[in-house]
Amino acid sequence: MLLQQLVNGLTLGAVYTLIALSFSLVMGILGVLNLAIAELFMLGAYFGFAAILAQLPLPVALLGGMLGAALVAIVVQKIAYEPLRNAPVVTPMLSTLGFSIILQNVATNVWGSDPLQLPDEVLPGRFTLGPVSISAMQLTVIGATVVLVAILAFVVQKTPAGRALRAVAENRDVARLLGVSATRVTLLAFALSGVMAGAGGVLIGMHYAVITPYMGVDIGLKAIAVMVVGGTTRIWGALVAGPLIGVVEVMTVAYGGSQVRDFVVYGFMILILLLRPQGILGGSRADQGQRV
Amino acid sequence: MSTYYAGLLADVGILVLGGLSVYIILATGQLSLGNAGFMGIGAYVTSYLTVKLGLPVTPAIVSAAIVCGLIGVVVGFPALRLKGIYLAMATLGFGEMVRSFFLNLNAMGGSSGFHGMQHVSVGYIWAWVIGVLLVVMLLEPSRAWLEMRAVHDDETAAGLVGLNTTAIKVGAFGAGAAVAAISGGLFAHHHVYIEPGNFGFERSIDFVLAIILGGSTVGPGALVGALLIVMLPEYLRFLADWRLAAFGALLIAVLLVRRQGILDRALFRRLSLRSAS
Repeated sequence: MLLQQLVNGLTLGAVYTLIALSFSLVMGILGVLNLAIAELFMLGAYFGFAAILAQLPLPVALLGGMLGAALVAIVVQKIAYEPLRNAPVVTPMLSTLGFSIILQNVATNVWGSDPLQLPDEVLPGRFTLGPVSISAMQLTVIGATVVLVAILAFVVQKTPAGRALRAVAENRDVARLLGVSATRVTLLAFALSGVMAGAGGVLIGMHYAVITPYMGVDIGLKAIAVMVVGGTTRIWGALVAGPLIGVVEVMTVAYGGSQVRDFVVYGFMILILLLRPQGILGGSRADQGQRV
Repeated sequence: MSTYYAGLLADVGILVLGGLSVYIILATGQLSLGNAGFMGIGAYVTSYLTVKLGLPVTPAIVSAAIVCGLIGVVVGFPALRLKGIYLAMATLGFGEMVRSFFLNLNAMGGSSGFHGMQHVSVGYIWAWVIGVLLVVMLLEPSRAWLEMRAVHDDETAAGLVGLNTTAIKVGAFGAGAAVAAISGGLFAHHHVYIEPGNFGFERSIDFVLAIILGGSTVGPGALVGALLIVMLPEYLRFLADWRLAAFGALLIAVLLVRRQGILDRALFRRLSLRSAS
């Protein structure tokens, strides 16, 4: 029972990790809370569903969801973020919220407000390991998350584009003086964040097999909590915090009742903010000064 | 006035108070995304007092405002440790925790909500709105408000000239929470039914939107913003299914054209100069 809950928690945590990385790419580099990410995630789920219903294989659906969400993320960046770059943090946050209203409305009109259900399981089959039973879909969610995070880590740590990204995150002005195009880096950060959110959407859509246009907000807010717990300046904090929050949430549901889970998750987030504002994996406190 | 417009007007009034609650806290440079939490506490405390203890509405709202103001002060102290977007996220967490708390509070109905309140009229709501708005506008030229603006502009400098920045920031949180509680009490007694879902993240965001759209540097901004947020979707009804998308697009457009909000101090100055000449 305990091990089974652990596996369920890790599956949920994997999706949280992807969305939290999506938030933290924009937050860590630009210091902006992009509220449209919640809807990018929802759109990713719908793109994935559309692909599966068109009899396309799962990897194509995943790719489609990622690319679709990335394209929308770029539109959000062009219209809602770039013109407001110098405004106080709350203004771009609300303009991305405007986008999230639009995207939710578009999804409702295109796909209907009723929950959309997959006719049958995408990946049937379960594996039983002693007391633990894990479905092929759960394995895919966790596996795909690991691969995506590895690719993201490679892009951010090893490629020139990733270096530019980290340079702008460290100090935008100095990076620009050294010839890094801040505009292009911003675009890249939004696109990567769209990719992550879209992937998370496809995976959770396939896993639950039911999606609605309103699924984004709930999971999006949880992902913000995950980002905070992991630390907003080091994007890798989400790798620890995602599974942690996922397991905590599933355990609370299993042993404390489903009603208290939000209380526990957000309480945990506030505690972390107060006691360790740089997050579990955050560096020294001096790191977070500039973003505040 | 038809009941339809009366209902809309009541929603505007409640949103004006919510916007003002954010405005007071924002005047010290603190962004709260959790004011729906204070509103929820106000709504539940007021309803408890009127339904279970039989108090009349007005004293119930006043006591809820006092209780909530104290809670606001308690929340304001840990909030001192956080700034900017981090404070916003912590208050977001606070709001979600309050919602979740009422979801589990079976004594007040839990997830099935709470009812039995007496209905209050639109006129009563607007009496409160105008009263609170007048108090805020009368306070704006005062020394206390100037000190709040000093903290907003540069906290370090404000501390260096001898202002008690802790008291100012915590006090603003308490005052904002009290105003949010008033809006919650009025909401509960206008809709005569409350459930925890009424006081979620979307509500907090509506408050912030009202004040940012209307103008975050002047009190009447909340009035303009609230009118816009409630009335615009109604006037866009001819777009049927697409009205929310149009609302979102207009919202972005307003932010792009006037990022300081529709009303600001410069506009007021220009208007007063014109009338003087």
